[in-house]
Amino acid sequence: MSELHKLTLLQAFTGLRNKEFTSRELTEACFSQIKKFDDQVKSFITLNEKEAYEQADAADEKLKNGDSASPLLGIPVAIKDIFCTKDLKTTSASKILENYIPPFDATTVEKLREAGAVFLGKTNLDEFAMGGSTENSGFFPTHNPWDLQRVPGGSSGGSAAALAADMCFYSLGTDTGGSIREPASFCGISGLKVSYGRVSRYGVMAMTSSLDTIGPFGKTVEDIAVILKYMAGQDPKDSTTPDVVVDDYSAEIMKDIRGLKIGLPKEYFVEGMDEGVRDRVLEAAKKFEEMGAEVIDISLPHTDLAVAAYYVICPSEVSSNMARFDGIKYGLSKRDGKDLLDIYLDSRAQGFGAEVKRRIMIGTYALSAGYYDAYYNKAMQVRTLVRQDFEEAYKQVDVILTPVAPAPAYKLGEKIGDPLKMYLEDVFTIPASLAGLCGLTVPAGFTESLPVGIQLLGKRFDEKTILRAGHQFQLVTDYHKQKPQL
Amino acid sequence: MYKFTIAMKLSHKEVEHIATLARLRLTEEEKEKYSGQLSGILDYVETLSAVDTTDVEPTSQVTGLTNIARADQVIESGISEELVACAPKSADGYVVVPKIFENK
Repeated sequence: MSELHKLTLLQAFTGLRNKEFTSRELTEACFSQIKKFDDQVKSFITLNEKEAYEQADAADEKLKNGDSASPLLGIPVAIKDIFCTKDLKTTSASKILENYIPPFDATTVEKLREAGAVFLGKTNLDEFAMGGSTENSGFFPTHNPWDLQRVPGGSSGGSAAALAADMCFYSLGTDTGGSIREPASFCGISGLKVSYGRVSRYGVMAMTSSLDTIGPFGKTVEDIAVILKYMAGQDPKDSTTPDVVVDDYSAEIMKDIRGLKIGLPKEYFVEGMDEGVRDRVLEAAKKFEEMGAEVIDISLPHTDLAVAAYYVICPSEVSSNMARFDGIKYGLSKRDGKDLLDIYLDSRAQGFGAEVKRRIMIGTYALSAGYYDAYYNKAMQVRTLVRQDFEEAYKQVDVILTPVAPAPAYKLGEKIGDPLKMYLEDVFTIPASLAGLCGLTVPAGFTESLPVGIQLLGKRFDEKTILRAGHQFQLVTDYHKQKPQL
Repeated sequence: MYKFTIAMKLSHKEVEHIATLARLRLTEEEKEKYSGQLSGILDYVETLSAVDTTDVEPTSQVTGLTNIARADQVIESGISEELVACAPKSADGYVVVPKIFENK
């Protein structure tokens, strides 16, 4: 088998069970691909070769004895470097955590570990997930495998690029305002943002606590359905996870979509968006109709306020969450100054990058005495209006279909100097984040040789329906099978 | 209704004040850059003030959950030594911090 790295998770699973190859061979195939191409793509911050091969050998032993039923057993995964991994460096792509080695696993990492997964390494991101291009990494930017001059999207850009380049069989990311959905679209893969509270965030570094979610990237939606089953559910260590039943996603996605009501919100088809992006979404709508779904025009009238509300809420919560980095408890500690205050000031000045400082400053301002009502409270009220838009819409439709971003992947350096321009990239992903909905990116074609994804938005905890729509779409299209030429 | 009085352009001094509150030491160059960029961003979020939100309840989170509490029981993490060892300076199971009071 020479092309093992190209397999999907489910194909790899089947091959392992049929003894066509071993987990060690799958792991070798991934590292071989990483060694060939990651000096160009730069998707990994840390490789975990030694432990990965140990995990692979342990999995092969179990497979030989028929010991485990987990479909993730022996399958190599890449993990965004914002998930704490026991005894494996976890930096959040920040200089302030450049040498941080957590003594514990995030809940999701622990679950994958128990399922017998193989941890290839930790992938690059915008520092503490603040950004949409992975250019805000404190170490180096990641490149899009489809065009190395372009960004992979972000903040989970390393996980998306690594999967698109067949360096792993699936990967983990986080999505606060679009950080899984946008890079999945830019890199031509599938990616799921779960409903707020669906997956435990324990051990994943907090950015915007009222919005942060974590989720998987997959080569197919079918793969995502398998992974989600292992990540979802209540966790006593994360009190934002309600006790809501975890569906049998792999079974649910097999049902057809006849009669499914799909909404097309007019506010998501705006002046100035890339024509190719718009056309791919409308073609997908047509495809869904052919498959028996009913496409309905809807309106989400407060859409254009969502970005402004987000860029109050997010920095405010960032300024609070980043306060824990003080040079005392862990991470970078500069102790050349004269007193305690100098430790704080020097450690934070040298440890944080430009975007993190910018958001801390905005948030500190928005929460400072006299401004709370005008900024934070106002933004939370607008958040209610955005949420109510969706609640109204879901009385009429089951799923909402939109573009993921106004244009495909842009060039490195193109927007980095203009933070506001960068923020406006999130215009189609942020509203669903504010409402706590689930959202799935599915490849839907190309514009000027760059991948374009569609976004399927579902009701809270209704992952099964968007996964079903996405999987059924992939049964009749082959965009997700296209690969970049590296 | 709230009365909004919002500074549209942040001065050098205001940027310094925010940085002090946020415990960030900024270079002169950073202060200059941020005063422009933060003003631009605040101008943009200012569009929110035009929205009528009379009687709209704020949404701070969407779980529908309130007051999640566990039983008041001690659960050993099993890694307390390792956690303390993450600190740049630690001794006897404690994190060491610099003196904050001078002996007179």
